[in-house]
Amino acid sequence: MFKYLFAKNEDIPAGSAAVFFGFSSIIWFIIGTGLGSFNAAKLAFPDFVTGSYMFAFGHMRQVHVMAVIFGWISMAFAMAFMYITPALGNTKLWSEKLGIWTCFNWNGGLAVALCLMWAGVTSGREYTDFPWPIDLIILFAVLLPLGINVWMTIVHRKTQGIYTTNWFFGAAIFMLMIVVLVGNLPEYFSLTGLTEAYLTWWHAHNILGLWITPVAAAIAYYTVPKITGNPLYSHRIGHLHFWSVVVFYSTPAAHHLMSSPLPEWLKSFASVEGVLILVPAIAFVSNLLLTMTGKWHYFVDNIEIRFTITGVMLAIPLNMQGGFQQTRAINWYVHGTGWIVAHAHLALLGFSTFLEAAAVYYGLQTILRRKIYSLALANFHFWFLLIGFATYWISITIAGLIQGAAKIYEVPYIDVVIAEHPYMIARWVGGTMVFTGNVVWLYNMWMTARAGTPVPVGRLPHEIAYER
Amino acid sequence: MAFREYKIGTRMFGIALGGSMMITLYMPSLTIYSVGVTETGLVKGLSYGHNSGFSYEDPFLRGKGKPLTVTVKKDPVTGADIDPVDAYVYTAGTPFPSAIRNPDILGREVQALSADEGRVGEAEEDQGAVFLVSRGDYEGETFPYIENVTATRDWTAELVLAAAADSDKQHVGSGKTMFVREGCWWCHTLLPEQTQDWQYFGLPPRLGDFNGEAPTAFGSDRKAPDLLHVGSRNSSKEWLMMHFFNPRLVQPHSIMPRFDYLWGEVDANGNDIDYDQWRADYNAYAAGTSIYPPEVPDYAPNSEIRYLMDYVLSLK
Repeated sequence: MFKYLFAKNEDIPAGSAAVFFGFSSIIWFIIGTGLGSFNAAKLAFPDFVTGSYMFAFGHMRQVHVMAVIFGWISMAFAMAFMYITPALGNTKLWSEKLGIWTCFNWNGGLAVALCLMWAGVTSGREYTDFPWPIDLIILFAVLLPLGINVWMTIVHRKTQGIYTTNWFFGAAIFMLMIVVLVGNLPEYFSLTGLTEAYLTWWHAHNILGLWITPVAAAIAYYTVPKITGNPLYSHRIGHLHFWSVVVFYSTPAAHHLMSSPLPEWLKSFASVEGVLILVPAIAFVSNLLLTMTGKWHYFVDNIEIRFTITGVMLAIPLNMQGGFQQTRAINWYVHGTGWIVAHAHLALLGFSTFLEAAAVYYGLQTILRRKIYSLALANFHFWFLLIGFATYWISITIAGLIQGAAKIYEVPYIDVVIAEHPYMIARWVGGTMVFTGNVVWLYNMWMTARAGTPVPVGRLPHEIAYER
Repeated sequence: MAFREYKIGTRMFGIALGGSMMITLYMPSLTIYSVGVTETGLVKGLSYGHNSGFSYEDPFLRGKGKPLTVTVKKDPVTGADIDPVDAYVYTAGTPFPSAIRNPDILGREVQALSADEGRVGEAEEDQGAVFLVSRGDYEGETFPYIENVTATRDWTAELVLAAAADSDKQHVGSGKTMFVREGCWWCHTLLPEQTQDWQYFGLPPRLGDFNGEAPTAFGSDRKAPDLLHVGSRNSSKEWLMMHFFNPRLVQPHSIMPRFDYLWGEVDANGNDIDYDQWRADYNAYAAGTSIYPPEVPDYAPNSEIRYLMDYVLSLK
């Protein structure tokens, strides 16, 4: 990577930025899930590594969250931008060199930011925990160059139209920049009180709604048609998805603060808008599942499609939960419980991780022109991820329901802690399975780069998956 | 991009996103802006100081540059006995809270009273100041307001601090910083929920209770009791000390981490704290081979645990 930082743009092989982003994302996934497993062990066994400033739960919890969101998920997105955007424009990436610099800044910046946060330097605001100077560095040294690269690639495309995936990519980076800029207003200007609380959750909601959810969905709009060979079922439904994300998903931020004294009109508005996120969700899921028509055997025998369609199907419970759990009647029961934690993992570790993993698998094989090193290890990764995630999700959902019942019946809190203990152990087991699967994944992709069977010119990796 | 559809599309995108931001940012700001601060909000704003998260004064969240809450029992100027009152002492250079720097957030009535009766406009950061929460009448109704007693009664920060015993000084502002840095709010919320948490955790916060507080640190993922009113439920320093040092001493089923490292190197008498010995003794107690748990050391007056305890006890 370092030798390309100062190379001429023409001398950098096409796809280099995507490869570096791909491997970075896998490494951050291992770090993030490793921290997650460590934190879960602390919740299950409170005397595990205790009494030390550096390894206190309160310092490590947000490092896990930020490492998976801005290390794994967002870097996997960046990898997808670097190879899918040019592929869909029938062109090259606008600047490989800029892409490499973005990757370099991102890895360095994130490592510094997470170390500081680990040491206790925090703004004390969930999901925007980084102090504002670091947020501005992320904005101008990472997101802006990333955006310029994607936008310029789209502008210089050699196709007449812009495919659905690229609308999402181009728009999502722009929206993310707005969200980071506005969401940190309380820190630049020392805003306080309800304004600060509301902007914190406005930022948190929109990071998920305008960045993670649409970009993950856009990746599926590429991988499913590309691998199955079926055209996208409907571009009209893609339009519906895109516009309903912009209109509906950007508005329900206040539903995160239903029990705070925010204006009632805002809470009611957010709640109704929150149900309307079912519009993009149904558009997305139905479009992708109908694209699979006649090619469902890929769900069994192709690893990328299996990841993608699993992610698409996890979007169904995700959005059923997401649409309704924020209505006042249900929020009253589940707010602040493990249910929400499980829901967050369904979104990030279920839905979006499976879609991104497919993009990373497919992208690395395509760019490196090498068949996956071991399909058996890829299957191992898939099942460890799925079973680990499901263990986590189911156990913490149950724990959340216990907590919710205890909350409304006003059970002494210590009884909740005791009742949750078995589920905390299950959460740790599930998280550790995900971590283990990811270590295997890194080995598999590393060996793919080193020793995978070369893909002949004119063929695609998935076509020869079962050929020896 | 010279494609007519994309011109329409980009404009529609601008309208859609702009409209969404109009509704979710601009319109709420109008409603929230008009909220008047309550007495609770004033007390919190004055006792926490400018910002409890990352700031120039305190980039590593050590509790620097924060005010002291001092219970004043004697008039520091005359020495006469007075009814005890909490004063918020900002020594020279301590950044003033948003309520002073930016009094617009207080609401019309409190802002007017603080300016006219409380003379907060005369307070200067480089001189330091002492503030009280007083009550006054505005257009026939009673409101709390901020009184700059350095201007109204000549109570300077030095006088107030010199007249107070150490036990009357509470490091509430530094403690809020500890609360943020140590991530207490990842498990303990500061937001009892409407209709259901009243019995155990007390009333939900009212509108105006947060004006001037940053970060609010409501918390979102409750794994432990709500703390908004914890100081009213449990004000035993001994219990809290044991609970922070090792929660399993007072609650065997607790999953809270140990915060013994906040004691620092030395105890109240300046002796080194032998953590290894303490843990060995505790393990023997936990294993049942010794009858009594080891004693929790008294904390030093300038230790981080002192800050945190003072903050937790201030949550009434």
